[in-house]
Amino acid sequence: MSEPLLCVEGLRTSFHLEGGVLRAVNDVSFALEPGRVLGIVGESGSGKSVTALSILRLVDPPGRIEGGRIRFRGRDLLDLSEAEMEREIRGDRIGMIFQDPMTSLNPVFPVGVQIAEVVEAHQNATREESRRRAIELLGLVGIPHPEDRFSDYPHHFSGGMRQRVLIAAAIASQPDILIADEPTTALDVTIQAQILGLLGDLQRRFGTAMVLITHDLGVIATMADDVMVMYAGRAVEQGSAQDVFERPRHPYTQGLFDSLIRLDDSPHSELRPIPGNPPVPIDLPPGCSFRPRCRHAMDICGLEVPSLLPGAGRRRVACHLASAQPASPAA
Amino acid sequence: MSPPLLRVRDLEKHFVLARRRIFDAPEVLRALDGVSFELAAGETLGVVGESGCGKTTMARLVLRLLEPTRGEIVLDGTDMLDCSKSELRRLRREMQIVFQDPLSSLNPRMTVGVSVTEPMRFHDIGTRTERVERAVELLEVVGMGPEVLERYPHEFSGGQCQRISIARALTLQPRLVVLDEPVSALDVSIRAQILKLLLDLQERFSLTYLFISHDLSVVKRFCRRTAVLYLGKLVELCESERLYREPLHPYTRALIDAIPSLDPTARSRGSLRGLEGDVPSAVNPPRGCRFHTRCPHRMAVCSEREPPLVDVGGGHRVACFLNQ
Ligand SMILES: Nc1ncnc2c1ncn2[C@@H]1O[C@H](COP(=O)(O)OP(=O)(O)O)[C@@H](O)[C@H]1O
Ligand SMILES: Nc1ncnc2c1ncn2[C@@H]1O[C@H](COP(=O)(O)OP(=O)(O)O)[C@@H](O)[C@H]1O
Ligand SMILES: [Mg+2]
Ligand SMILES: [Mg+2]
Repeated sequence: MSEPLLCVEGLRTSFHLEGGVLRAVNDVSFALEPGRVLGIVGESGSGKSVTALSILRLVDPPGRIEGGRIRFRGRDLLDLSEAEMEREIRGDRIGMIFQDPMTSLNPVFPVGVQIAEVVEAHQNATREESRRRAIELLGLVGIPHPEDRFSDYPHHFSGGMRQRVLIAAAIASQPDILIADEPTTALDVTIQAQILGLLGDLQRRFGTAMVLITHDLGVIATMADDVMVMYAGRAVEQGSAQDVFERPRHPYTQGLFDSLIRLDDSPHSELRPIPGNPPVPIDLPPGCSFRPRCRHAMDICGLEVPSLLPGAGRRRVACHLASAQPASPAA
Repeated sequence: MSPPLLRVRDLEKHFVLARRRIFDAPEVLRALDGVSFELAAGETLGVVGESGCGKTTMARLVLRLLEPTRGEIVLDGTDMLDCSKSELRRLRREMQIVFQDPLSSLNPRMTVGVSVTEPMRFHDIGTRTERVERAVELLEVVGMGPEVLERYPHEFSGGQCQRISIARALTLQPRLVVLDEPVSALDVSIRAQILKLLLDLQERFSLTYLFISHDLSVVKRFCRRTAVLYLGKLVELCESERLYREPLHPYTRALIDAIPSLDPTARSRGSLRGLEGDVPSAVNPPRGCRFHTRCPHRMAVCSEREPPLVDVGGGHRVACFLNQ
């Protein structure tokens, strides 16, 4: 394993609400290695977006980062000033792509101008150079006739094309890391395939490391080298995508795979959902948050939060069952 | 063979859009353009296609929530577009709909009890007590306790709201239930719960389903037959297993190929390729075959004439010149 590019340790982000403290991200640690794609997967509300926003320090009150370290290029991002974050990190060393391109693009400016601005701000380029670079970027992300589209406004573009524009803006500063939060969730499948193809191409071509957030295990399988599975604000399982898909070890991860409906399922195969609903992480009872839905729940699960135990290779599992029966060494 | 429960023929819905300028001819959006199919009692027909292809329009037409431009909708032998008001009222009880967003059928300002009993009140069925009893009974069937009657939709998760909407849809003992993306907004683990519930209910109450979804895996698992829509046109229809094994329309093929594989070892990152381009506008759809602008196999004829939907054997219907 090479030296990680980004190292998140014990991250805690909470929202202080009237009804109590909502622990959106609760003691999450992970590492992103250069050139690799880390997929973060989990159901809605599990803390994926707040994890991404925390890395960029974009959590607004009543949310607060309450603990942990986010090490990137020899510094802890939590120690930087707001001005340093804005100048050196956001949209510079770390590019961002969010689910809804409409909220991330300014509707009143032509898309080319918005990309040129990023180039100008982060690369000390002249206006003319920025314009040329913006056109080049629009071409790179597969927008036909980029010179002609430079002056078009976001509403002139389809959903898929807007997502391409956003990708162009995110890679304009040649970032070390790209954080993409559900970049294809709002798109139709044929357009999703285009965008995932493009992201994969760019990622390989520039060797950019990527944090890819999705609730779709198919997207993870297609794109990710490593995976982190989140449940109720915690990372419950981590490992290489191949290991986790072949041998999911946390009962929640196993349940996710069991409940998936696959194209090659026989029409008579039994549907195997996980019973119950995920909890809202306010005033959670002690112990493992998955316990009420877990078919293997034991007494200890209601007492102690299982810690994320290291296993073979990159694999880590936060489950008392896994710690009771150490996994056989990976073959 | 018994006659179909539902027969739809040449169903068309054109929306006339507001004029941009006063002397312009009004634009016409062809949301659904001549769709025909039949649905046997107890069967589930799946309808797939990308957003904007006309799925919801079709659902609303079938339920008579929307007036068709043209076409025929026959439910249980009665022509719904040519029947008396009282007959229509009776037919309406036979059909219910469950939407993707449960808040389309559950009023956020009304208690669950009021929402679930509302269809029975509308059709003047039973006394107040009987309606509440029936609501409690159906809530139990979908896995919810009687205590939920006094609560409001926002107190429930998406999956629970969907259970409540399903209970509401069943209060009138419908025969046909139109399910418009009923699990699309739900998380994976909850999606399987709701699908399982729908399968159980179908058996228990002999329901016929028209199941609309943009998720091919779900449609294949859930529906005996599948219809594929593209820009308001039916492009392929056949038994689901066969459709996925040997799709004949290039659009169906593309939809299947675009589904990300679940095998990380088989992945060839970046090789996942969608179709070229975007879905064209339904205001001025392409001439000839509507899919020809994105089709990898297009021929000269495809931009000239519209391929008819023909049966290539065994009830497999496809609208493509490659198969004719
Ligand atoms: N601005 C906010 N105010 C209050 N709670 C929030 C806010 N943003 C997120 N949360 C809560 O934090 C938890 C994690 O949310 P999020 O990270 O958005 O989940 P995911 O992206 O996995 O769907 C959820 O319970 C969510 O309701
Ligand atoms: N009331 C309406 N007025 C004008 N256009 C409409 C209306 N309802 C739907 N449409 C258009 O009809 C087409 C089909 O829409 P819809 O049936 O909702 O598609 P789907 O459910 O497959 O996503 C779309 O182009 C949509 O914009
Ligand atoms: Mg999110
Ligand atoms: Mg729809």
